[in-house]
Amino acid sequence: MSLCVLNPGPLTTVQDLGREGCAAEGFRRCGAADNYAARLANLLIGNNPGDAVLETTLRGPEIQFVTAAVFALTGAEADATLDGKPVPFFAPLFAPAGSRLTVGTASNGLRSYLAVWGGIAVAPLRGSRSTDLACHLGGFQGRALQPGDVLPLARTGQEAAAHWQELCRRHLDHPLGDETVRRGGSPWRQMGGTRLPLLRAVAGPQAEAFTPLAREIFTHGVYRLTPDCNRMACKLQGPVLETVAGSDILSDGIVEGSVQVSGNGQPIVMLADHQTTGGYAKIATVISADLPALAQLRPGQAVAFDWVDPARAVAAARRQAALLQQIKERLP
Amino acid sequence: METALYPVGDCGLLAVCGSEIDEGVGDKVTALDAAVRAARLPGVVETVPAFASLLVRYDPLHTDYDTLAAAVQPLAARTRARRHHGGRTVTIPVCYGGDYGPDLAFVAQHAGLTEGEVIRRHTAPKYRIYMLGFLPGFPYLGGLDPALFTPRLQNPRTAIPAGSVGIGGQQTGVYPVASPGGWQLLGRTPLQLFAPDRPLPYAAGDRIKFTPITPAQFEALARKEGTV
Repeated sequence: MSLCVLNPGPLTTVQDLGREGCAAEGFRRCGAADNYAARLANLLIGNNPGDAVLETTLRGPEIQFVTAAVFALTGAEADATLDGKPVPFFAPLFAPAGSRLTVGTASNGLRSYLAVWGGIAVAPLRGSRSTDLACHLGGFQGRALQPGDVLPLARTGQEAAAHWQELCRRHLDHPLGDETVRRGGSPWRQMGGTRLPLLRAVAGPQAEAFTPLAREIFTHGVYRLTPDCNRMACKLQGPVLETVAGSDILSDGIVEGSVQVSGNGQPIVMLADHQTTGGYAKIATVISADLPALAQLRPGQAVAFDWVDPARAVAAARRQAALLQQIKERLP
Repeated sequence: METALYPVGDCGLLAVCGSEIDEGVGDKVTALDAAVRAARLPGVVETVPAFASLLVRYDPLHTDYDTLAAAVQPLAARTRARRHHGGRTVTIPVCYGGDYGPDLAFVAQHAGLTEGEVIRRHTAPKYRIYMLGFLPGFPYLGGLDPALFTPRLQNPRTAIPAGSVGIGGQQTGVYPVASPGGWQLLGRTPLQLFAPDRPLPYAAGDRIKFTPITPAQFEALARKEGTV
């Protein structure tokens, strides 16, 4: 019950929906950067939303299924083959024992997700299987995957084969609504992919630390992702955001989406691996429904921001959850 | 100061109880944290106390900012006057100097004190834990003797062993796990403060008291703890 990593690509980690309930102890949340794609991958093969998946970056992985498995690919699309035969993204697939999956370079987008039925069965830490790269905790040995790593799976090959038979039987009566699933509201595609994505944001807890002009500029300027982007944060470059009296504050709790502005006036959007607290003034918080899109942008791409109030932000989160629920209900 | 509430996107509420690092403000944060946890408000996922604020994270599928603010506001009003008595005091044995604390001599020189006096002053207070962050279990402590304030290293170390106790600027603390870091290292504790399978021995609001031990005591405790 395992899969073997032949080539992980530039950065591949085990992630679920993150480590919740222990931020007060200093644990970073971590979890899939594009959690919509991770949830969708799990949903397509009958997993729980929080089962552990592999998150790749730009390219990969190349793996060998040591035992048979049911799997699905989502997120940034790339050419993928199973034993040399092309396989689609956004569909449940069956890998016989010994078969090789090769995922190439993403045509656009940044992060792809591979879910395996039953989940990647590494030991949980504080209730989560997510890898904390900064603290070397959780996931697979607290680190990014390397060639030769053998990851445990929760299901035997026999169980996977039986599950696949069951999926196929149900598909005969009720074919997979492929188009709905593929284009079905991936937040990043909805924003136009590589065109100028508009990230919605709520005014941050220190919005008043900024000049009124800075708050105008934030939603009228265009910001580019710098090469200094990773799972911890996206550092952006664009029009300077000036504070009234400096950007240092007494450290307070931050969330995924918090937009910190450091001394140079440039915004930093925190992603899944952010520290639990931060000491820079936060002009805004990107709403949770738009974070999956941000996680798919590459360095050099441009973004813009738009203000929304907390009520509209909550409504957007609920619409996104409802969309996944609809996709689930349309599945056989 | 009245506690002020701010939205943090669609999944957080920040309650700001003050604007400085101060025991009274810390008491308000600790009391509000306890009150919010005890109230078991629907949709609340977790709380993150900091120096002068409490972040309340919620699930936007189960509650929203206005509902939560209406529930937190009266809790904040009620906890305003309450003193936070107690919290635990956790004693952490530390072997100072030598390989355990390679910067003890520098800190002593910087302070114009003997190494013994630095140890005496560092072990005198019961330091208040204002918050944990940076690393799992890393405590931000208040109460360091101003004579011991020491700038951080100009070149941070790439690897600091777990259990190292140090000073960074006006703060003192202990590294629960190995990490890069720029603090001046005074000593090391043999206690295993962080273990994946058990809770931390302290939380925000508790106090830490360092006590000096000899290298022989360090080795004996380290064997017992399995940290050698």
